[in-house]
Amino acid sequence: MSRSLLSIEELGVDGVQRVLELADTMAEVNRRPNPKVPALRGRTVCNVFFEDSTRTRLSFETAAKRLSADTMTFAVSQSSLNKGESFRDSIETIAAMGVDAFVIRHASAGAPWLVEDWTTASVVNAGDGWHAHPTQALLDVYTVRVALNRTAGFDGLRVAVVGDIKHSRVARSTTTAFKALGADVIWVAPTTLLPPVVGETATDRLDDVIGDGVDVLYMLRMQNERMTEALVPNLREYTARFGLTPRRAACLAPSTIVMHPGPVNRGVEIAIDLGELPGSVVKQQVTNGISVRMAVLYDLLSANPNSTSDIEINDDVAAAPKEHP
Amino acid sequence: MSEKRVLEPDDVRRAVTRMAHEIIERNQGLDGVVLIGVQSGGVWLASALGAEIARIDSAIPVGSIDASLYRDDIGLRPVHPAAVSDIDFDVDGATIVLIDDVLFTGRTVRAALDALGEYGRPKAVQLAVLVDRGHRELPIRPDFIGKNLPTSGDESVSVTADGVVIS
Amino acid sequence: MSTILISGGMVVDQTGARTADVLVADGVIVESHDGNPDVTIEATGLTVTPGFVDLHTHLREPGKEEAETIETGSRAAALGGYTAVVAMPNTDPTQDCVSVVDFVRRQGKLAGLCDVHPSASITVGRAGHQLTPFAELAEVGVRLFTDDGNGVQNPLLMRRAFEYSKGLGITMAQHCEVEQLTDGAVMHEGDCCSHLGLPGWPAVAEELMVHRDIELVRLTGAPAHFLHLSTAKSVELVRRAKSDGLPVTSEATPHHISLTDELLRSYAAIYKVNPPLRTMDDVVAVREGLSDGTIDAIATDHAPHVAATKEQPLDLAPPGMLGLETALGVCLAHLDMSVSDVVAALSWKPALIAGLGGLHGRPIVPGEPANLTVFDAEEEWEVAPAQLASKSRNTPFVGVPLRGRVKHTVLGGVVTVENGVATR
Repeated sequence: MSRSLLSIEELGVDGVQRVLELADTMAEVNRRPNPKVPALRGRTVCNVFFEDSTRTRLSFETAAKRLSADTMTFAVSQSSLNKGESFRDSIETIAAMGVDAFVIRHASAGAPWLVEDWTTASVVNAGDGWHAHPTQALLDVYTVRVALNRTAGFDGLRVAVVGDIKHSRVARSTTTAFKALGADVIWVAPTTLLPPVVGETATDRLDDVIGDGVDVLYMLRMQNERMTEALVPNLREYTARFGLTPRRAACLAPSTIVMHPGPVNRGVEIAIDLGELPGSVVKQQVTNGISVRMAVLYDLLSANPNSTSDIEINDDVAAAPKEHP
Repeated sequence: MSEKRVLEPDDVRRAVTRMAHEIIERNQGLDGVVLIGVQSGGVWLASALGAEIARIDSAIPVGSIDASLYRDDIGLRPVHPAAVSDIDFDVDGATIVLIDDVLFTGRTVRAALDALGEYGRPKAVQLAVLVDRGHRELPIRPDFIGKNLPTSGDESVSVTADGVVIS
Repeated sequence: MSTILISGGMVVDQTGARTADVLVADGVIVESHDGNPDVTIEATGLTVTPGFVDLHTHLREPGKEEAETIETGSRAAALGGYTAVVAMPNTDPTQDCVSVVDFVRRQGKLAGLCDVHPSASITVGRAGHQLTPFAELAEVGVRLFTDDGNGVQNPLLMRRAFEYSKGLGITMAQHCEVEQLTDGAVMHEGDCCSHLGLPGWPAVAEELMVHRDIELVRLTGAPAHFLHLSTAKSVELVRRAKSDGLPVTSEATPHHISLTDELLRSYAAIYKVNPPLRTMDDVVAVREGLSDGTIDAIATDHAPHVAATKEQPLDLAPPGMLGLETALGVCLAHLDMSVSDVVAALSWKPALIAGLGGLHGRPIVPGEPANLTVFDAEEEWEVAPAQLASKSRNTPFVGVPLRGRVKHTVLGGVVTVENGVATR
């Protein structure tokens, strides 16, 4: 049981499984007419976004509210960081207001680890630089788990992550999560968009990967500034080599799942209407994001008491047996 | 710690049969009656009662509910949902028999009642437990009891179809 | 001036090692003198050597006095056994003209803890466009020129700098980094940075400039000094240049012989430095370079930063580590070299490179200036940041076992450190 969720590595395989199972419970809550439970009443979750990401922030905010936690938002544009207040001061000031969990998005890799050092609150990494985005990875594997009904794990599942892996926290975390559950992951990218040292199987031939058969095709977002850094010549060539074009889509097995962390750069990495892709689970990823983030917040905050309490625990659950016939 | 077996498997079977009869009798039949077991200890008992009621009279819907997210001790100790709630029938206007294995402080039942409210507005909720061990901390009283079992607060009561053990 | 007796120590200098008393009178080592000495330093079991000379110290004054002043930096230097330091010119204003250089020298004299020898920048404002007045600066005693913090990017400008420096008795000292290859970089490019998702500083960015400047030395005949070599290939390039007979010298830092990029996994900016901590293979190669003399000197690259700036994510924190007070302890603990060879790299070899060979790093014989360091070569210790004399606390050596600790330092016949405590 950990206090914070900083990376998939630190969460570990058991932790991933625990969150996925909790997410099933949360998904059931989200299917109800009134998708709200009182579980985290009285807890405060502060979204601290030093980098703009409306989608992730809304997802966390919704998740916290459905668990009845109070939420605060600290976005850098409205902050005093511009007035020279230090990162540490900002965090310690917010912590002093009584926060149970920080959800941190920062453009700098490693920032959530610093926050964890400075506070006793739980810390959730909502994306740090190019490094990690563990809740995205969890919602990705949860989506595949639900779509393929694979609750036992992903042994033998073939996953291809395609695109700008070098600059992608999503690629790093999602690869780790898929592999933790037993999947085989291959990276598909030109060398310029791979990290300097590649620890995974990698290729620059998407057609071969599709031809060999793939169960999950994970398309990454391609950003325009990569052109000016001479990492790829132009978007036309990128799409021709690494995009999901109508021709490639036609080659996919009907059972292949297509994923994307959003927002999709239409016409670039996915050059086909998602509605025409029967295997697309992009919308499910967004929906599942709420359940998974609820699971994460509940997992951390139900284990990290915000106050030392003298309340005597004298309850019937304590008497419940471990197993039932 | 010493163990004391207070109910044998046959005792449990007889208690279930008696409770099934009582449920039918109290409700003057089974019209609108559904069973919902409380995760995790009440689920096996709900299915056992459901099977017994079906044998005696006719089959009625059986579901389960996990009340973890409604508990009042989250954060005071680890509270993990045991399984996803499974209520695939309409509870609006139904007479729900809420089922748990052991009734102790009453806090689990309180949480389960809150959770049930999210699924609709039942006509009535009744409570069935195999063992009532006393020490209530909330004004909650069972409608159907398999066995009243005086215990001390620090004892642990284990209930399965194989019997009831105090340790 | 007082007389000092350093009794019973193991005297180690370029002439060899022997157990001997050392007598000092009027700032000079003497054979004998009348009467009892004013100060007696009991040095039995200790090592007595010429004072250390640091080729690479950032004293931060003028401009960043909140991180270090010439006085606090001088005190840290004295405690580390240094009797002379070369002050790096990346101050604000830059040490690119006589007035700023004079200011730094004067502040050093006022502090009186260490000889502070300013270097000057190669280009005005270290901007890489216009040469500084080399001859004027040489006239007031500047011997090393460097844009440290940055390398001179323009090869034509660097060629002109070498050519113009010839005959002035000065040396160009290069911070080797091709900046187009290190844009945004925060750590060594390799396995670790790939995993951490941090922009990498590739070894080739250093090696390309080492190679360029070696070829410019070959072309122009002017001498060059390479600052803080950090990669195996850089060491090999300098080794070959020396075997070709080219007038090149080089230095390595204590942190590049003891720490690796793996430490960055903690995301602690205390381990961010430029050039970055590299791999164990590089560490081993740099140690070998020191052992075989390819690398002439150990230089600290002492770079103080206030705590708040290091309490930031890696990409936002400034690079740099403290070094003066831990250099000896790190070197003796991590180098498989004799005490004499380590002291050579800390004292008389850098003294020659800095153009201070007449005053510092001299043999310990009568008639020579009394710039001396007395240390316990065996003492094992750990650094406590709160007890550092430096105004900053950014030492990366917390928890690193150190061996060898300075006990006494004598500057020009004046005791600046006595029993590990600065006297002023």
